[in-house]
Amino acid sequence: MQAVIAKKSVGKKAVWKQLKNQKAFFLMLLPGVIFYLIYLYLPIFTAILVSIEDYSVKKGIFGSAIASPWFKNFQFFFKSPYFWPLLRNTLLISMLKMLLGIPLAVALAILLNECRSRKLKRVVQTLTYMPHFLSWVVIYGMCFVLFSETNGLINDWIRTLTGSSVPFLTNPDSFRNLVIGSDLWKTTGWSAIIYLAAISGIDPQLYEAAYMDGATHFQTIRHITLPCITNVIVLTLILRCGSVLNAGFDQIYVMYNEGVYSTVDIIDTWVFRTGFENFNLSLSSAVGLFKSVISFFMIVTVNQIAKHWGESLW
Amino acid sequence: MVKSKSDRLYRFTVAAILVLIGLVCFFPMLYVVSVSLTPYDEYLRQGGIVLFPRKITLEAYAQFWKEPYVSDCFGNTVFITVAGTAANIFVTVLMAYALSKKDLMFGRFFTVFCLIPLLITGGLVPTYLIVKNTGLINSLAALIFPTLVSPYILLITRSFFSSIDAGLYESARIDGAGEFRILFAIIMPVSLPIIATIGLMYGVGHWNEYFASLMYISESSLRTLQVVLREMLNRASQMEADVVVPTRTLQMAGVVISAVPIIMVYPFLQKHFTQGIMLGAIKG
Repeated sequence: MQAVIAKKSVGKKAVWKQLKNQKAFFLMLLPGVIFYLIYLYLPIFTAILVSIEDYSVKKGIFGSAIASPWFKNFQFFFKSPYFWPLLRNTLLISMLKMLLGIPLAVALAILLNECRSRKLKRVVQTLTYMPHFLSWVVIYGMCFVLFSETNGLINDWIRTLTGSSVPFLTNPDSFRNLVIGSDLWKTTGWSAIIYLAAISGIDPQLYEAAYMDGATHFQTIRHITLPCITNVIVLTLILRCGSVLNAGFDQIYVMYNEGVYSTVDIIDTWVFRTGFENFNLSLSSAVGLFKSVISFFMIVTVNQIAKHWGESLW
Repeated sequence: MVKSKSDRLYRFTVAAILVLIGLVCFFPMLYVVSVSLTPYDEYLRQGGIVLFPRKITLEAYAQFWKEPYVSDCFGNTVFITVAGTAANIFVTVLMAYALSKKDLMFGRFFTVFCLIPLLITGGLVPTYLIVKNTGLINSLAALIFPTLVSPYILLITRSFFSSIDAGLYESARIDGAGEFRILFAIIMPVSLPIIATIGLMYGVGHWNEYFASLMYISESSLRTLQVVLREMLNRASQMEADVVVPTRTLQMAGVVISAVPIIMVYPFLQKHFTQGIMLGAIKG
């Protein structure tokens, strides 16, 4: 009996001792955990609360009345004429960016790997990274001098070639191309890094053996490089699918104008306008929450699919 | 291996495509610089197409700098980039280091706790309400604290720390060093690649800060440079009689000033950076 008690208290003591030993670690976690609670977790609960309320600035988060019915804001959005066009624009832009972006980045990585001149490789790498550091505001400014109908350089070239200019900044369809094109310009170099890292991990002996057997360059790319980086490609594809509802809010809000809403107004830009320009905070929160929840299930689902491929995010 | 004719042709084609890609990336930037350096009357005479300016002037830059709020807002951007990034690195490194400890009590709980915000977020308006209720509206702190730790960057940092040889800790612990001493005196010096990597990631975010400033700050002199630039770019497209329309060369000078400082940082960190991102990428 006494032995059991003694053993128990030793067990407790050990836990206490471990806790005490790890005091420093908990101290290190503290600032981050406080930040997480206030600015990452609290907004999630606020989102749930505000989206089922008729939020009024005067009454605040806890004082505002619950909407009747509580799903009023969600219902309003689904039944509104905005819903389908917004969803269509969001998915279309996001898919096009993904389906064009991944192959381009893979191709760039393979080209860089095939390059024998270290100097050229370094220069091209640096140049293709550069746009990643530019803000969308800066790129928006660049679009003026390049794509303006009256005095844009690209339009000047197009005019010389075809005799007429393209209204890139005002025509809804051309504007969507501009959005996708400028996104590819900004991100391709940067997203190639991950593929380049994967390629550099391939055993060089594989290539040597292949060349000994008389393989051509294209054959080594097709049968060695690509199969060896398939898992990385699948992984990035999964990540992108999980965020398919993020069509690039940062970019589109900065670049668009009322004239091109029909093709590039996406869920996020609509949420921003509803919240900060029309001050309907509850509706904006509800749609934001809806998007977040769908994204969550998307990521979980694609991860399940990925597990069949033998890949997983966690 | 025999270097055949087709082999040389292949190498040449690869190099040529790469040069072309490099040009596509670089040329637009060069062109913007070229416009910004052209005197305005020269710009008008050439109908806005100035591939190579015949005369060069810094007038547009001087003019941009004198625009209302530009110097203030440039200062704000520099401040949040330096102070914000320092705070980001400090808190992220502390947290990631503790999380990388395999024997951390409740380690599993803390890891999941840090992962969840990667999957689900509160959204713009709820975050705004929290920022407002924590009293940060119209202060530069609103551009620093609400983005103190990025869950994604935290994960990269943690996997870097996990990959450090455990023997390094053990020898230090035997010498009787405290955990904070071990982190700052032993681990940090060997972690320069990851610190450069996350510093650049956070720094670029701060320098290019636009939305936080737009949402949280209405006081003109507290905004960031990007907001001022965007406002100036758009002023030209509104044809109102009472606004002074900024010239194209002035706008491009603004674009260059808003972009160059952050681009200049990159070459200094490049060596560490490529190493760091690869570690992050491989460890996933």
